[in-house]
Amino acid sequence: MKRPEPVQVVKSRRDAALAALVGAVPYIQFLGIRFDRRGDELTAVLPFDPKLVGNPMLQALHGGVTSSFLEVTALIGLSWVSLWDDLEAGRMDPVAVAAGHLPPLPKTIDFTVDYLRTGLPRDAYARARVNRSGRRYASVQVEAWQDNRERPFALGSMHCLMPPGPGEPGE
Amino acid sequence: MKDRLTIARQFIQALPYAQALGMELTALGAGTACVTMAWDPRFVGDPASGVLHGGAISALMDTAAGAAVMSHPAAPVSTATLDLRIEYMRPATPGQRVSARAECHHVTRSVAFVRIIAVDEDEDRAVAMGTGAFTVDRPRGAAA
Repeated sequence: MKRPEPVQVVKSRRDAALAALVGAVPYIQFLGIRFDRRGDELTAVLPFDPKLVGNPMLQALHGGVTSSFLEVTALIGLSWVSLWDDLEAGRMDPVAVAAGHLPPLPKTIDFTVDYLRTGLPRDAYARARVNRSGRRYASVQVEAWQDNRERPFALGSMHCLMPPGPGEPGE
Repeated sequence: MKDRLTIARQFIQALPYAQALGMELTALGAGTACVTMAWDPRFVGDPASGVLHGGAISALMDTAAGAAVMSHPAAPVSTATLDLRIEYMRPATPGQRVSARAECHHVTRSVAFVRIIAVDEDEDRAVAMGTGAFTVDRPRGAAA
């Protein structure tokens, strides 16, 4: 019987794949978003920065920052599900992925944001849930909160066009 | 005399995130506004193609919509986005400026309804379309 891989090897392989996925997108770096991983679960973290403010009187986050944060979380969350499956099933080479050979990102078809509360001048967190990921279309929900997990400040709902799989014709 | 456009332009430029994305107000009417933004490699969402991230486009559209609400004759003292839905019809061409034109087509005592179209330099084919509901904060003691 094959011995299970040492935990550090598994961890570093998964973290390297996530870092490659997130690090490849300039706009994610521009906003300063990073992702915490627990197993396959991702939490996006947006550290507060004065440049993210939309209302200088209230020091509230710009609505566009909130929608960007939700959209980034939804897209990375969706890509991560298939990347995780491909890596775990051995369909994708972890070394190549870590070196930046990533599958194409899904494309947003539409995105709806529900602004529940003012975004405060604090760090924000978000998690996405993929409700359906088909061969062509996907539907993702995303929720963002700040101080209190039970009081989300924004919700998002996104439809995406999935990238063509290997050997499939593109758009 | 400073005209409305100049005052509104300074107002938009004083919003830190509008400044961070290099947004510029180019037109202001009675409930309409146009805000533009240059392509920038830092705002790219798809590194393979250089296409801007949808989030950067939505930030531009949200700003144009807010400016349209503020410019409405109902004269709100402030506004905030309640809800915004954006349809991404095609990728914005890398290297081209993106403009969002917003029209506040209906205002009630407390809500403003806005439509927004985003285009790149090929203005005949929209990049994205949006609809939003915004709060209308009236001056204290104003008649309904």
